[in-house]
Amino acid sequence: MSGLIVSALVMGVLALVLGTAIGIFVKFFKVKSDPRVELVLELLPGANCGGCGCAGCADFAKAVASGKLQPNRCPVSSREQVNAIAFALGVDPGEGFARRAVVCCSGDKYQTQMRKFYNGAIDCAAANMIGGGPKGCRYGCIGMGNCAHACPFGAIEVINSLAVVHQELCVGCGKCVTACPRGVIKLVPANSSAHVYCNSPEKGATKRSLCHGGCIGCGKCERAYPDQFTKTGFLASVNYEAEKLPGAEEIEAIKCPTGALASEAGHYESEKNAGKGENK
Amino acid sequence: MNKSSRKVMSFTGGIHPVSAGKKLTNTHAVHTAPLLERYTVLVQENAGKAPEVIIKPGDKVLKYQLLAKASGFVSANLHSPTSGEVAGIIEVPGPMGVPALAIDIRSDGEDRETDPFEPIPDWRSAEPQLLLDRVADAGLVGMGGASFPTRVKLTIPPGKKVDTLILNGAECEPYLSADHRLMLESPCRVLEGAAIIGHILGIDKIYIGIEINKHDAIAELERFSEDYGIKIIPLQVQYPQGSEKQLIHAIVNRVVPPGGLPADVGCVVQNVGTAAAVSDAVTLGIPLVERIVTVSGKVLKDPGNWKLRIGTPVIKAIEFCGGVTDEPSKLILGGPMMGFAQNSYEVPISKNTSGVLLFSRRRALNYRSGSCIRCGRCVQGCPMGLCTCLLATAIEGGRIDLAEQNHVMDCLECGSCAYVCPAHRPLVQTLRLAKAEIRRQRAAAAKANSGK
Amino acid sequence: MSLFSDKKEKTGLRLPDAKHLVLSSSPHLSSSADEGRIMLYVIVSLLPAVAAGIWFFGAPALRVILYSLVFCIGAEALWCFLAGKPVWRTIGDCSAAVTGLLLALNLPPGVPFYVPLIGAVLAIWLGKQIYGGLGNNPFNPVLVGRVGLLIALPALMTTWSPARGMESAEYPQHAVFGMAEPSATVTHATPEAKECDLVTCATPLGVASTSVAAPGKYRFEKVDNSAMWKEYFIGRQGGCIGETCAPALLLGGILLVLFNLINWRVPLYFAGTVGVLTAIIHYFAPQMTPTPVFHLLTGGLLLGAIFMATDMVTSPISGTGCVIFAIGCGIITTVIRIWGNYPEGVSFSILFMNALVPLIDRWFVKRPFGYTRRRKEV
Repeated sequence: MSGLIVSALVMGVLALVLGTAIGIFVKFFKVKSDPRVELVLELLPGANCGGCGCAGCADFAKAVASGKLQPNRCPVSSREQVNAIAFALGVDPGEGFARRAVVCCSGDKYQTQMRKFYNGAIDCAAANMIGGGPKGCRYGCIGMGNCAHACPFGAIEVINSLAVVHQELCVGCGKCVTACPRGVIKLVPANSSAHVYCNSPEKGATKRSLCHGGCIGCGKCERAYPDQFTKTGFLASVNYEAEKLPGAEEIEAIKCPTGALASEAGHYESEKNAGKGENK
Repeated sequence: MNKSSRKVMSFTGGIHPVSAGKKLTNTHAVHTAPLLERYTVLVQENAGKAPEVIIKPGDKVLKYQLLAKASGFVSANLHSPTSGEVAGIIEVPGPMGVPALAIDIRSDGEDRETDPFEPIPDWRSAEPQLLLDRVADAGLVGMGGASFPTRVKLTIPPGKKVDTLILNGAECEPYLSADHRLMLESPCRVLEGAAIIGHILGIDKIYIGIEINKHDAIAELERFSEDYGIKIIPLQVQYPQGSEKQLIHAIVNRVVPPGGLPADVGCVVQNVGTAAAVSDAVTLGIPLVERIVTVSGKVLKDPGNWKLRIGTPVIKAIEFCGGVTDEPSKLILGGPMMGFAQNSYEVPISKNTSGVLLFSRRRALNYRSGSCIRCGRCVQGCPMGLCTCLLATAIEGGRIDLAEQNHVMDCLECGSCAYVCPAHRPLVQTLRLAKAEIRRQRAAAAKANSGK
Repeated sequence: MSLFSDKKEKTGLRLPDAKHLVLSSSPHLSSSADEGRIMLYVIVSLLPAVAAGIWFFGAPALRVILYSLVFCIGAEALWCFLAGKPVWRTIGDCSAAVTGLLLALNLPPGVPFYVPLIGAVLAIWLGKQIYGGLGNNPFNPVLVGRVGLLIALPALMTTWSPARGMESAEYPQHAVFGMAEPSATVTHATPEAKECDLVTCATPLGVASTSVAAPGKYRFEKVDNSAMWKEYFIGRQGGCIGETCAPALLLGGILLVLFNLINWRVPLYFAGTVGVLTAIIHYFAPQMTPTPVFHLLTGGLLLGAIFMATDMVTSPISGTGCVIFAIGCGIITTVIRIWGNYPEGVSFSILFMNALVPLIDRWFVKRPFGYTRRRKEV
């Protein structure tokens, strides 16, 4: 019985002392927080992707609440969500367009020559330092998935040693762009749907010897639609500033001889089905 | 001196790789390679800035003629390995796996020489500066592997004082025996070169560190070393005995601070091959256009040591050895521990190529991405005392900052850790990746600071 | 006359296409050791203890060992199959076989088959694979299995059978170890005596923890004397299959050190700490605990110190770290043995120190070459 009383007393005194201490600490060491930051944080998606350039959503919320950044800098939020934040704070949502990432390479393991047997760490940056990794091309995707690991949204899939972005999942945060040691990944306007899936500035013949999917710089696309395509050297590129971005219709009309110019859906389909014919 | 009673120096850490590889070549005398039709001499043979090419395609050149002129302090001259015509400046597969610029020389078969420099036989009375200029003019670079211009290494930064010259004859890499044969066959060139370097630096404390598996070379050098006032230090057979920091620690028991240079503790370290080249440049007046290369591997028909001119394609070196008896799976330039795997037979021999190795699939290390079982062998084996396995795990987990805190930048990339790792993890590659990333971050930070 | 090489046209060069050359980072050589070989060496080092266990406890021990091996390998294979890992490669590294052997050595002889089955599933699944397989487990899988069993099936896990030689008439202190008088025991233990299924006995530690002090007498005099020490040393005591025979365990330890598989500091400091602490306590309060010799020779201390605490995956990497780890194990073992509820504390102490290994690794890193004192990076 006495043990019971003693323990009850000890616990009671402890509770009293600690409770008082907590009370004192709360009173004297209070951190003032802006209620608007909390509000913005609630409206943000909370992906902590860093696509806005801040260290996570909380940091971004602080920047927005203090007026340093405009709400539309969040790449993940939809237009409605951005407007909601802007409305809540009474600020301008900001003009701008959403971006998305594209892996500008079509050199999967069937297209490109797997020129080198590579034995080592499965990491694009590490492989890049050993004579350029397992593929022949020095400019294309290495295919070991550093971008896929970096993507907070799981939007990048490595198919047949080639990274492919799932456009419906990508929010354009740009993490993959920094993760890629080759700079193959580019951020493009979200409303574009056709891209040149090649990144190599090498001569057409050299490229052709290394990879069947690369742009050989024939200029077919530029001749057909001079506004929407430009060719620099041996590499064509989509002019993303054009008034009308090329779509499936143009792709169909041009019929790129190597398939480097493709629509997003077409590129994904062809990668998904690549190599299946060979197995038969 | 009684050999058995002599103390054999060494350092802490390190590994004892299989010694069988050296036996393939260390009893074979150096052959001189026949003249080839074509040499592709890499423009950038040295660490630092590439030299400036001073000839044009179509020019006729003579042997020893200057092809490219040093373009700065950390740069080195380049001379023609033979006489002939410059066919062009082309891209060839480089030793680092990426294409590199090379001067394509079509030999005319006559091998006519020019006399670029006046020999200085009485160098003892010559001005050190004159000798240093000769070293620079002759295009000398460190022949042990780093190919750092010798002139830079022999120019002591202001405020530093050196009192010891150490010649590195350890040749701790398995399979290589080029330095061994050099010391055995021309000990006087090595010793003379060492004395010349000592004269340039104004030091008389000169040591040559040699692993005791080359006892014949030790004996040969000791026959003459007294005349030059040079001490031969036998070293234990332990890898990486030939690493600068470990060598200094073993021989003079000084510790080079992290990130520091040997000059910080009053030492200069040179390879024995470089010393021999210095001797040639000063006493004979010939620039560096050829070197001894160990061409080895069990799959080679007739492995051996060859005196090859720079610009010799690797395929020719393999042909000199009579080709292969079994299919190789790996071609390595340099030693098996620190050399670079190649993916082309057209890579030219350069001033720092100490070996050409062909390994079969069985012999070559096959990396797996197994997980670490924390056996700690890499930690025991690291000559720099790093916890390699923990560093690699941190890097794989994306914590490069943690690796930086734990001194990943001190890694020598000697390969001891990956050699002993029972899981065959690519430890060196992982650490190298982190080092490159940290260097990039530091450069970016420095740039940002200077911009402000 | 041309100086060109006449070897120019060389036939019979069987060089592969340059694009078939393997590219990898340096180094290009490796030592012959790999994980499978390490585990094989561990198994070899365990064989003396296994043999001793079978010798002292007979067919039931052999049965437990086989069950445990089969169940551990089976559990590993099943997990790998379900998780989509390469089954044969994982089995091939022999780590499951090592776990199986060690688990068997940590079980009492004569337990029914479901005890090693549950133990194997606990050890392999909960102790190892759930963390990502070999190399990633923070706790020693065998001890996870053993402690799980000890808590779940306390009765079965503390039912001990007598070792060979304990039923003979010369064995001192029959009565103390819970067996009947020598003459009666002999008839019971012989194979012809069908009327009894199992002969059980107590472990020295169990007896010691329950012995009551008689006034004016040494409390542990029955179990802690030089005659008994001799019996304990050669393995004539009740206990788990692999923990009783000191010579076999020491031989295994020497093999492990010779194979460079364990850090010798761990067993030395572990056993040393227990010895020193119990010596001090015994000197000042002999009624509290038996002599250090008794502590070193009984229970799972040697097995734990030599085979369990030295597990590469769950022990610290640096030498200093190993010393700290082993001393911690020793202190906790002593505390549990003297003041704890359980008579034995080796398993708990090792598991507890396993949890501290990451911290120890962090605090006691080797000082890299060239650093004269710990300096802060700027």
